[in-house]
Amino acid sequence: MKSIFPALIAAAITLLPNSALPNTQIEPSAFTAKSGEKLWNQTQTISGQVRSCASCHTSDPRQAGKHIRTGKPIKPMAPSANAERFVDPKKVSKWFKRNCKWTLGRECSEQEKADITSYLKSI
Amino acid sequence: MKTLIFSTAAVALVGTLGLGIQGAWSDDDDHSFSTAKWNKMKARSTGVAAVTNALYTEECGSCHFAYPPGLLPASSWQKVMAGLADHFGDNAELDANEQQQLTEYLTNNAADTSSYRRSRKIMNSLQNTNTPSPLRITEIPYFRHEHREIPKRIINLPEVGGNLSQCNSCHQHAEKGSFNEDEISIKGFGRWKD
Ligand code: HEC
Ligand code: HEC
Ligand code: HEC
Repeated sequence: MKSIFPALIAAAITLLPNSALPNTQIEPSAFTAKSGEKLWNQTQTISGQVRSCASCHTSDPRQAGKHIRTGKPIKPMAPSANAERFVDPKKVSKWFKRNCKWTLGRECSEQEKADITSYLKSI
Repeated sequence: MKTLIFSTAAVALVGTLGLGIQGAWSDDDDHSFSTAKWNKMKARSTGVAAVTNALYTEECGSCHFAYPPGLLPASSWQKVMAGLADHFGDNAELDANEQQQLTEYLTNNAADTSSYRRSRKIMNSLQNTNTPSPLRITEIPYFRHEHREIPKRIINLPEVGGNLSQCNSCHQHAEKGSFNEDEISIKGFGRWKD
């Protein structure tokens, strides 16, 4: 009994519908998901280098990515492919800050973050 | 003299027989070489101390291999940690609290304070140079000397990435702080035979 209990919890967690995961204040709507997808793939040239979110996370965020400088593998960004995404708000906001600054040359607005989050949760 | 020969023999024996001999010596105070102790001695002579800090592995191991602190002097780590917003062209900003915690971890375990042999060699090679506090491990004279025979065509393999910064592309046990020559297998190339 003792040993079967953790397995039951794990099974229950995997069976939870996506909407029951924490941090889903923003309901993915088709509209914001579309803007998010656009921003995700939008390229800009900074310091002579073409950059986009897809550079490291790929344009299919259900796939694993790779850091373009160091080659280190990055797990998929879409929660449908990686249940560890968008569960730790502190981690999410830290990486939005770093990666928007690096990729876009500025921080993302709250709207843009919501758009990207919706996009990643919709696929 | 007799004792000296005896302990030398003990070291050799434990080294070759490993676990098997352990029990025989374990309750002898003068020659108490356990396997754990032996492994520790071996690590001290061939590697640097492994990373033991979870926050460090999480924060400084997300974009690349988490470099063990014993690979750079404290003065270098202070410079790295003071410039995280422009970190080798990437953005690795941290909040003030985490930045301070990690600076402490790095400086407390830096090459200056370590007794491991590779850390000592790193410190020695930085003495009397123009750059006693390099930002990169790959700029340390000892490091450059050890890697001078690796051909450009190997370094330029896509799996290696054009420089030597990703230690774990070649050193299979880099995560444990171990850089032994017999543990080298270069990704996309294979075993290194000197
Ligand atoms: C230079 C490579 C790189 C680029 C470009 C990049 N990222 Fe990332 N991103 C990473 C790395 C590395 C991580 C942390 C590793 C991990 O969590 O697997 C990460 C993590 C994240 C996370 C954390 C998610 C979570 O819950 O774990 C978010 C959100 C994110 N990135 C969004 C973006 C957005 C939006 C862009 C474009 C504006 C972008 N990234 C561009 C490398 C990059
Ligand atoms: C956002 C991604 C990112 C994070 C987070 C990050 N780094 Fe880096 N780091 C890089 C990149 C990119 C390089 C340059 C790699 C190259 O030149 O191939 C680098 C290089 C380094 C180097 C030089 C390696 C060499 O000898 O060539 C050190 C030392 C280093 N990082 C330490 C750290 C420490 C300490 C932390 C945690 C506070 C950290 N890094 C966090 C991206 C990151
Ligand atoms: C391209 C593969 C490659 C990369 C990347 C690499 N090394 Fe090495 N390293 C080697 C090879 C090959 C040797 C042995 C050189 C020889 O014997 O000629 C070596 C030797 C060493 C030695 C000396 C080992 C001994 O037993 O004397 C140390 C220490 C070391 N490397 C540390 C590092 C660190 C730290 C990094 C990352 C900052 C690194 N290496 C990155 C391939 C690599």
